[in-house]
Amino acid sequence: MIAFVKKNEGFWLFVHSPAAMVAAIFAVIILLGAVFAPWIALVNPYDLASFSLFDGLLPPVWLDGANPKYLLGTDDQGRDMISSILYGARLSLVIGLSALTIAAVLGVGLGLAAGYYGGRFDAIVMRIADVQLALPAILTALLIDGIARGILPAAIQQDLRVAVLTLAIALSLWVNFARTARASTFMHMNKEYVQAAIMMGQHPLRVMFVHILPNILGPLLVIMTVDLASAILLEATLSFLGIGLPADSPSLGTLIRIGMQFLLSGEWWILWIPTMFLVVLVVSINILGDFLRDLFNPRLR
Amino acid sequence: MLTIKNLTVKFPSRFGDFTAIEDVDMTIKPGEIHGLVGESGAGKSTVGAAAIGLLQSPGYVSNGTLTLGNTDLRTLTLAQAHKVRGDRISMIFQDPQTSLNPLMTIEDQLIETIQAHSDASISTARKRAVYLLEEIGIKNAAQRIKAYPHQFSGGMRQRVVIALAVSTDPELIIADEPTTALDVAVQSQVLDLIQRLAKERQIAFMLITHDIGVIAQVADRVTVMRKGRVIETGNTAQVLGTPKHSYTQALMDAVPPLDRKIDRFRVPDAGDTVSTLGDFAENWLLKGQLHDLTGLSLKNLTVRFAGPRTSFFRKPPPYIALDDVTLNIKPGSIMGLVGESGSGKSTLAKTITGLITPSHGTMTLGDTALPFGKSRSRHHLSRQLVQMVFQDPYSSLNSRHRVGDILTEPLWFYGFIKDAKEREKLAASMLSLVGMQPDAITKYPHQFSGGQRQRIAVARALLARPRFLICDEPTSALDVSIQAEILNLLKELQTKFGLTILFISHNLAVVRQMADETAVLRNGKIEEVGETHAVYTTPKAEYTKSLLALTPVMPTYCKI
Repeated sequence: MIAFVKKNEGFWLFVHSPAAMVAAIFAVIILLGAVFAPWIALVNPYDLASFSLFDGLLPPVWLDGANPKYLLGTDDQGRDMISSILYGARLSLVIGLSALTIAAVLGVGLGLAAGYYGGRFDAIVMRIADVQLALPAILTALLIDGIARGILPAAIQQDLRVAVLTLAIALSLWVNFARTARASTFMHMNKEYVQAAIMMGQHPLRVMFVHILPNILGPLLVIMTVDLASAILLEATLSFLGIGLPADSPSLGTLIRIGMQFLLSGEWWILWIPTMFLVVLVVSINILGDFLRDLFNPRLR
Repeated sequence: MLTIKNLTVKFPSRFGDFTAIEDVDMTIKPGEIHGLVGESGAGKSTVGAAAIGLLQSPGYVSNGTLTLGNTDLRTLTLAQAHKVRGDRISMIFQDPQTSLNPLMTIEDQLIETIQAHSDASISTARKRAVYLLEEIGIKNAAQRIKAYPHQFSGGMRQRVVIALAVSTDPELIIADEPTTALDVAVQSQVLDLIQRLAKERQIAFMLITHDIGVIAQVADRVTVMRKGRVIETGNTAQVLGTPKHSYTQALMDAVPPLDRKIDRFRVPDAGDTVSTLGDFAENWLLKGQLHDLTGLSLKNLTVRFAGPRTSFFRKPPPYIALDDVTLNIKPGSIMGLVGESGSGKSTLAKTITGLITPSHGTMTLGDTALPFGKSRSRHHLSRQLVQMVFQDPYSSLNSRHRVGDILTEPLWFYGFIKDAKEREKLAASMLSLVGMQPDAITKYPHQFSGGQRQRIAVARALLARPRFLICDEPTSALDVSIQAEILNLLKELQTKFGLTILFISHNLAVVRQMADETAVLRNGKIEEVGETHAVYTTPKAEYTKSLLALTPVMPTYCKI
């Protein structure tokens, strides 16, 4: 019944899928908040002069003893929670997106090549991928962190924390891209349009990127959204465990780690609010990913 | 027995209901084989699905009556319908590969079906299963029944599917393209079996097929459908012999005859407006023929693939796909290559184009030797001179590229034309040369039908200025009327530009229409080569004789 699927099918399905709509609205709000954080945030959590210890540990406005200036309360340093979260989300998204980009470029490139050439090259790439999968992201991060500490001068180590974290996340995510790209490429290698291109004598890179890549983009886009959520979570996990970013440049994970210390002392909001924010962000991205998957796979509709 | 009256089936969609079939009337008596013929999209399968109550969701019967004996099939509850299905109506599908469960033995599948419809004990069910297999013509049934589907050949599997359908003693069997996936030899066995079952067991068959030859061979009555409506119905001899409707006649005209060669098919809408838009492309092609007519000669070509590994330490034994093939294709002629599936036809095409590396032999194009497989450089002249038209027009065009991009790629790649606008102009002209609207260059492949796509594929091949064209089953995926158009087109282009063509097909009748010489391939060996007329009228090889005898032919009473 593909005969009457019209052009704007994707948009139509989107408008008629409440979950996807709500998820998209949340995702867009968070994204805008993160991008414009310096302009809309009350205080700058990196700038010690913009907040004061006297405002420390204020609860959200609906509780007693709150200061209406800080809608969701403040942490022990007196930083406004909303501002911290916006800046934290900004950092988390930057790390997540750059890690995702690196992982996608590396994974898709290797996957395409493995699917195209097959044989020994394919075997080597896929075994490396298997080894990578066996290593937890935290080990990879520790390894890269250790190497960076060993070979880089101490002065720039602090500045490179973000880069190290990004690289560690990218290295644990590229396998997904490589496997999907390889499997789809294998499928398309037997298609006659690819054979026609090879027969003509086109350069392998052209066959891979001009002919095959546009045809396997669908599943890769889905992985991209799902892996964006994973990247953000990974960053949060690593920061929570203390391998990631230090307390003076807090990402979402760092905020949660700081909040943990106050969980039992009654200041629950310092933990709960960043956590809920992270959950909403990740769930929204995952719902969008599911929607995209259904869109590209009509059999599931 | 089965009576269908005013049947209308609709598929709701966001853009209103889509009427798949409308006002279909049909009656099938016990023991009758009722052919249902039409081109793709005619609604044949929908009639079958409606009769067995398995319309693809969200389709529904909006009007009409379906009765089997005294049972009104439309008023049945789900449970009753489930009982009727299998007990009284069975179904045979096109592809025996997918209609059997690969993880169950034949025995388990038959016993499961028999027990689902009767309260027979396992041992009686087993006895019955063995008996059925024997009846269906499987020798040594008591032992073979323990086998898994993959251990059976395609034809045997289709027999097992038929045995499954018959196992419950149904009154009606709906066979949806039961022989389309099979080779001619197997096809004729399966058709014989269907005929025998109809006669001996008085089972009524609804035989859905696109192949008029099959209908002519076995059907008692025939219904011709087009665009969801019944065009004509009646006795097979009467409908095919004296068709009342011009569509039926046109459908038969398009079927290539096996016993003679016709120069040009009569195509219904052949009112080709003579257009000069294609002249530009035609002149460009004629002007660019720097090379003379190019023949191809293959000597002792052998292709081996690694077979299944027998031991971890031993090299796997080779599987011989092409065995010592020697073939000489004269410049400017069409060489037909026929053979059943798995005979190595496509392997030969891929070897010539360099996708497969032969283990030994020589290939000579014109007067230059063709390097094998990967040793052929990407800039070798043959990459331009040899072009290919593929079987499946749905996968041979990159669906993410504009038709214009697909067509201008060879012009850009071989460096024929530097200017992008000029390339587009030539591509548009070429489209009109192959009988399409030049504005197609702005569209995407999915906006065209199979026949139109095949024309685009031909245009792409021509834009490389080839001297040698390989057509690998170029019409197998197309309806007969479209097939006739494409064959006409290929013939025209061949005479205009003096192309040398290797025409590969499993369809003997098609090859007869196209080829000057014909080679018969079997299990990688050439059985016979010769002038087409001679091969078809006085075949030397036993294999050719049997192939010719088994191909369904249009009966003599048909006026074509």
